[in-house]
Amino acid sequence: MIDFLFQTLWALDATLRVATPLMLCAMAGIFSERSGIVDISLEGKLLSGAFVAAAIASLTGSVWLGLMGAICASVLMSLLHGFACITHRGDQVVSGVAINFLASGLTVILGIAIFKRGGQTPTLSSGERFRPIELWFVDAMDNIPIIGVIYRELISGHSLLVYVALLCVPIASFILYKSRFGLRLRAVGESPIAVDSAGVSVTWLRYRALIVGGVFCGIAGAYLSISHGANFVREMSAGKGYIALAAVIFGNWRPVRAFWACLMFGFLDAITSRLQDVDLPLIGEVPAQLMSALPYIMTIILLSGFIGRPSPPSAIGVPYKK
Amino acid sequence: MRPLPRWADLILLPFINLCTAFFVCGIVVYVIGENPWEALKVMLKGAFIYPGSLGYTLYYTTNFIFTGLAVATAFHAKLFNIGGEGQAYVGSLGILLATAMFAPFLPAIFVVILCIICSAAVGAAWAYIPGYLQAKRGSHVVITTIMFNFLASSLMVYLLAGPLIQLGQQSPQSDLIPESAQLASIETFLSLFGINIASSPLNLSFVLAIFALFVFWVLIWKTRLGYEIRAVGKNQDAANYAGINVSRIIIITMTISGAFAGLLAVNEVMGVQHRAILNFTAGYGFTGIAVALMGRNHPVGIFFASLLFGALFQGGAELDFEFQSITRDMVLLIQGMIILFSGALAYMFNPALSKIFNQFNKNGVDND
Amino acid sequence: MINKVNKTSGGDTACYILELQKISKSFGLVQANKNIDLQIETGTIHGIIGENGAGKSTLMNILYGLHRADSGEMLIDGSKVKIKSSADALSLGIGMVHQHFMLINRFSVLENVMLGSEGGSLLSTGKITTVNKLKELGQTFDMEVDPYALVSDLNVGMRQRVEILKALKGGAKILILDEPTGVLTPQEATQLFGILDKLRANGVTVLLITHKLAEIMAITDNVSIMRGGKMVGHRKTSDTNPQELAELMVGRKVLLNVEKPKAKPKDVALNVKNLGCFSSRGHKVLDDLTFHVKSGEILGIAGVSGNGQTPLMEILAGMRKPDEGYFEILGEKIDPDTRVSPFTMRENSIGHIPEDRHKHGLILGFEAYENMVLGFHHTEMTGDKKLLNKNHMLKHTSDRMDEYDIRPRNPKLLASSFSGGNQQKIVVARELYKNPKLLIVGEPTRGVDVGAIEFIHKQLIELRDQGCAIILVSVELDEILGLSDRILVMNKGQEVSTVNGDEANPKDLGLMMAGISQGVSN
Repeated sequence: MIDFLFQTLWALDATLRVATPLMLCAMAGIFSERSGIVDISLEGKLLSGAFVAAAIASLTGSVWLGLMGAICASVLMSLLHGFACITHRGDQVVSGVAINFLASGLTVILGIAIFKRGGQTPTLSSGERFRPIELWFVDAMDNIPIIGVIYRELISGHSLLVYVALLCVPIASFILYKSRFGLRLRAVGESPIAVDSAGVSVTWLRYRALIVGGVFCGIAGAYLSISHGANFVREMSAGKGYIALAAVIFGNWRPVRAFWACLMFGFLDAITSRLQDVDLPLIGEVPAQLMSALPYIMTIILLSGFIGRPSPPSAIGVPYKK
Repeated sequence: MRPLPRWADLILLPFINLCTAFFVCGIVVYVIGENPWEALKVMLKGAFIYPGSLGYTLYYTTNFIFTGLAVATAFHAKLFNIGGEGQAYVGSLGILLATAMFAPFLPAIFVVILCIICSAAVGAAWAYIPGYLQAKRGSHVVITTIMFNFLASSLMVYLLAGPLIQLGQQSPQSDLIPESAQLASIETFLSLFGINIASSPLNLSFVLAIFALFVFWVLIWKTRLGYEIRAVGKNQDAANYAGINVSRIIIITMTISGAFAGLLAVNEVMGVQHRAILNFTAGYGFTGIAVALMGRNHPVGIFFASLLFGALFQGGAELDFEFQSITRDMVLLIQGMIILFSGALAYMFNPALSKIFNQFNKNGVDND
Repeated sequence: MINKVNKTSGGDTACYILELQKISKSFGLVQANKNIDLQIETGTIHGIIGENGAGKSTLMNILYGLHRADSGEMLIDGSKVKIKSSADALSLGIGMVHQHFMLINRFSVLENVMLGSEGGSLLSTGKITTVNKLKELGQTFDMEVDPYALVSDLNVGMRQRVEILKALKGGAKILILDEPTGVLTPQEATQLFGILDKLRANGVTVLLITHKLAEIMAITDNVSIMRGGKMVGHRKTSDTNPQELAELMVGRKVLLNVEKPKAKPKDVALNVKNLGCFSSRGHKVLDDLTFHVKSGEILGIAGVSGNGQTPLMEILAGMRKPDEGYFEILGEKIDPDTRVSPFTMRENSIGHIPEDRHKHGLILGFEAYENMVLGFHHTEMTGDKKLLNKNHMLKHTSDRMDEYDIRPRNPKLLASSFSGGNQQKIVVARELYKNPKLLIVGEPTRGVDVGAIEFIHKQLIELRDQGCAIILVSVELDEILGLSDRILVMNKGQEVSTVNGDEANPKDLGLMMAGISQGVSN
């Protein structure tokens, strides 16, 4: 029984760690897509952020500068996307694909040029990373049965960025639903002309949405390389940007639902390695690849309208022309 | 503002976009401390001059022709097939299946033909589902094909590391395919005529690729189906008015698109590796996007764009070899720049060019 | 020429709340507004009337900052203003209720009204003030709405209310309504007029854009008439009458002299019985329509755009299914259960010249010779081999170009490069080639130059005399009168009346089209 509890705690703990970059990227995707811009380039922004964070942290020894750098890099990518899609009304999917390629190439090229390690950045020392934080009262709580354990193992002990990510969900939700900016952003994704005729600039609104998305992705990238990991490795985003996109769709473009989707995908990822060589009742041995493919299968099923109908913002993907 | 003349639209503008892409990449090369001109020279030599390099270049070209055709076919119906990667990957299953079923009984020529058909068929099936979902349920084909890429990856890892693994091997790969299914390399082929060239992976699938270009041309511009595909791509309402079944066309187009992508497996599996290995698609599917965009979805354009990228890939390997600080990832950057400037920003230079042309035309006579 | 307003209703002549001077606007080659002069007195309801395409909407969009005039001045309360965006218009006190609502369906009434004037970066503060303002406005003008209702749940009349409230909440002194009653039921329209009355009583100036004479007579103080992009008259409503307005709207154009021999109709080619159909929103757009067309005659369908003609044509052409009733076309019966497609219709010798050639009739990205076979690409028009025979198609197109005088004579030219008239000729040439037994024609001469108009009309008459049955839908009364042997007037999806071609006159038809009269007078 105790063992089962520990296993569960461990799994949930791992879930949070895996889901953190997903959450952040999903929030980014929600902001961008809710404003009407398709964002395939979450992956590229994530990767760029990871590289810049690791590079700067390595060169300066400061995690905070690394974080700032990651955010700047990601925002720059967002602005490029905006330049192509908003200002030049280019195809949003093509632009997203291009940015992903650019990120893949540039991160390694610059990495080699600066560090000469075949694309990796140097391993960061403990002081150059975001280390796990013990929350207050951990020792005091130790004496309380069950809850104390949960507090110590699951809730406390995460890196700062995990808590930041968790905070970002209610923050994103608040901005989206309770602020003026959020109202206008949601409106412009449904009907840009209604927003235009209400006297609000569609262009500026969409750029801001992309910039906000860039900030979220930058934090996610920093988490990958200077918190969860200890350096940047080529292609370390490993498709997380696409899973985040799947989570956005799964969550029907709503922050809290996307958050749960991210947790679910993270959970699947976390238990994949655990379930290898394990015989599940009824199913038998589940191939690890099937588990890792589950997020994608579920997204496809969702998109086909078999479990509820996804309802994307009405004006998404269509460049606005007066 | 008058529209640009045809030649400017089809040749000049893409050329300018290409030059811009290279120019920006040149800046990056300069920033990391190398000489862009030297880099360019090395790339060209590595792609064409050194012994065997042309063969390598053309071998890559073969792959890009297939994936480029896949993307281009879909583009003609205004569909974005990003799933070439996955469709090519599963094409290999078709080959393995065909060899298992037919190789023991049939002579080589039939085995080869059946393998080609099966590889195309499996690739087609992999694209059929996203096509169906788009046509009948409105699921955006971009997202579904990306998902299917990941599915293909997972599926192939499972199969190659599991049921299909070559006995005794640690790394995931299939058994060698029977000799009857192996395509001869061009070097071997030419030596039969007494012509000796340097060795390279270039094989007879190159001929298939050229043939595929021809088939594509005939299909899109010479058949009634091609007419309907283009009509749907340009104006769905008018297609509807003309009695064209838009749903059906979407599904058929995606299927054909997947078939082209699936043929990539013929090159890699039958021509080069002689077995299915992990990740043999290596990003070729995505390069197909760049090829289709640059080649303006036209067979001649696709051929030259494929050649360009083939040269890039091969030249990139040489770059890697000769320069300390440059690796093959430079090719990714160039690819991204080309997609950016030939795709998303394709018309960025249009206003400026139009102005220049209008200046020349000021005294011209209007054609009405 | 412009007539000054006959009598001013109190107040200074110099102080109109809104004045437009010589406003002009072109879209490419089309001049939508030509030297428009307009003066609006404060606190009145001023109607602007004209047929479809007269330029009314363009003018209002200029006023609201959605378009920029090429030349001319605008004055508010006597001072010159520049309106470059909707934000400018709003700050000057101009509000607009568009023909196609600018509402976010997924939002609540409250969110829609707040958009653009939220009153702070957090919504919570603005929400309370807005709810109160809505209540206040609702009571003053008899326009109550539930602020928390979702717009998608509201009917059309309520949605329009939300649009009006949104404009008023912004403190609009001038309210523009663009074709407000087009989508309303008669009851909702009456309610709307009550609201407009109250607005006027409260000092709001209203600009009512419409083509409906009844509304003008019912509610406006003054009316200005537009035609062909120009302002052709101003009247005080009490000094004029529907007949005069109809004449000004339609114009005393010379009826095109088409040599029209008497028709010799034979058997019934098309029989329509109780045809009905619903829009995707559930409105009834065709209501119990019954008529017939004989071979060798032209039935003209007259009516203002949007009264069911488009769904009717789409159903007859096989592009859409009927929901009620049925029709018999050359022996084939089509009812809600039949599988139809435009393809089978063409095989049955039915031609279709669509009213929107850019949307349906042509593929602008295709070359002329490819367009010449659109819809017929499975026939021998593309050659009788397995592959398309390009030379055959090119020759076919050249021949048609000679026959119809389509210029430039280049079958390889992109359709988008041809002028409107020549584009239309391509469509006509294509649909007429196989000598259809039934031809459905919509707006054949929209955007077409005079020479081509004459040519196309001649073709239609010739086709009729060869025994074809023709249904002609047009908003151009001249065209209807000039070509039709019989005329059916449609209004709100129903038949108002059917008259013989030689007994009809523009005034009577205009009144029927406007839904005022129910039949031919005298």
